[in-house]
Amino acid sequence: MTGEVILFWALAPLTVLAALGMLLVKKAVHSAILLAFVMIALAVFYLVQDAPFLGVVQIVVYTGAVMMLFLFILMLVGVDSSDSLVENIKGLRGVAIFTSLAFAATLTSLIARATTGRDPVGLELANGEGNVQGLAGLIFGEYVWAFEIISALLITAALGAMVLAHTQKSPEARLSQRVRSTARFRGESIGTAAGLPGSGVFARHNAVDVPALLPDGTPSDLSISNLLAQRGDVQETKRYSLEGLPKLDGEDKK
Amino acid sequence: MNPTNYLYLSALLFSIGAVGVIVRRNAIVVFMCIELMLNAANLAFVTFARMNGNLEGQVIAFFTMVVAACEVVVGLAIIVSIYRSRRSASVDDASLLSR
Repeated sequence: MTGEVILFWALAPLTVLAALGMLLVKKAVHSAILLAFVMIALAVFYLVQDAPFLGVVQIVVYTGAVMMLFLFILMLVGVDSSDSLVENIKGLRGVAIFTSLAFAATLTSLIARATTGRDPVGLELANGEGNVQGLAGLIFGEYVWAFEIISALLITAALGAMVLAHTQKSPEARLSQRVRSTARFRGESIGTAAGLPGSGVFARHNAVDVPALLPDGTPSDLSISNLLAQRGDVQETKRYSLEGLPKLDGEDKK
Repeated sequence: MNPTNYLYLSALLFSIGAVGVIVRRNAIVVFMCIELMLNAANLAFVTFARMNGNLEGQVIAFFTMVVAACEVVVGLAIIVSIYRSRRSASVDDASLLSR
C-alpha cells in the first residue's frame, strides 16, 4: 500500500462529499467554500500525479483568483438572495438526477472498457528534464499558436468584462445639492433632517447591529442599516428597551 | 496505484456538477457548478497524461484553466449587469421570452 493509495482514498471521498454539499447547501457562500475545498483537493491530486506545475497553477489561479472573484461578486450581488428550492418545471430535479446517474454510469463503463488491461506508462520519461521544462517545450514549441490565441482570448475577456460592467450615469439622474436639501426638509418628517441616528450609541453595547436607544428608552429601528435587517443579522430591538428608567431630578415634582 | 481511479473520480465530479447546473437557480451557484465540471475535465486530462506518458494532457489542462478564467470573468460581468437591471440573480427570473 503506497502513500498515493492512502492519499487517494482519504481525499477522494471528501472531495465527492464536498461537491455533493455544494448542491445541497442553501447559501451561495457555503457553496463557494466547498468548491474551494474541491479545488484544493484537485491541486493535491495534480501534485501526486507528477504535475507539480499544474498543481501550483490550480491553487494560484483557481483557489486564489477565481474563487476570490466569485466571493467578490457574491458580496456585490447575492448576500441577501437565498435560493428558493421550489421546482418551477415539474419533475426537473428527478429527471436531472436520473440523467446524471445514467451519464455517470456510461462514463464509468466506458472508462473501464478503455483502460482495463492497459498499464499506465507514467511520466518518469516525459518529466526527465523537469515538469516545467517539458511543459514549456510543448507550449512554446508545438502549441505556440494556440498559446497566442489564448492570450488574445484573455485580452478580449478583460475588455468584455470592462464593457459589460461599466455603466455611465446620465447627468439628469444626478440630483443637485439644492434639490436634495429641499427634499430632506420638505419630506415626510423633519425628524430625520439632521441625519439618521447612529447605531448602538445610546444603547448598552457599541456595535452596528445593536439599535440605538432614544432618550425615552425605546429602541430606534432607524439606527440600523436596512441591509443588516435583510440578512437577519440584527439583534432583537425589544431586548434593549429600558423599562424602569431612573427618574431624573425634579421629574416627579411635575 | 492504477490511475484509473482518478478517472472515475473525475466522471463522478462532472456528473455532480451537471446536476447542479440543472437544479440550482442562483446564477452564481450555477456558475460554480460549471467550474466544478471544468475542474473534473482537467483532472481527467492530467490523468490521461500520466497514463499515456506524455505531457500533452497537462498542456491541454493548462489551456482549459485559462479559458475557464476568461469564462468566469465574462460570466460574472454578465451576472452583475443582469442584477443591475433586474435586481435578481436567479436564472428563473430572466424569462421574458417565455411569455
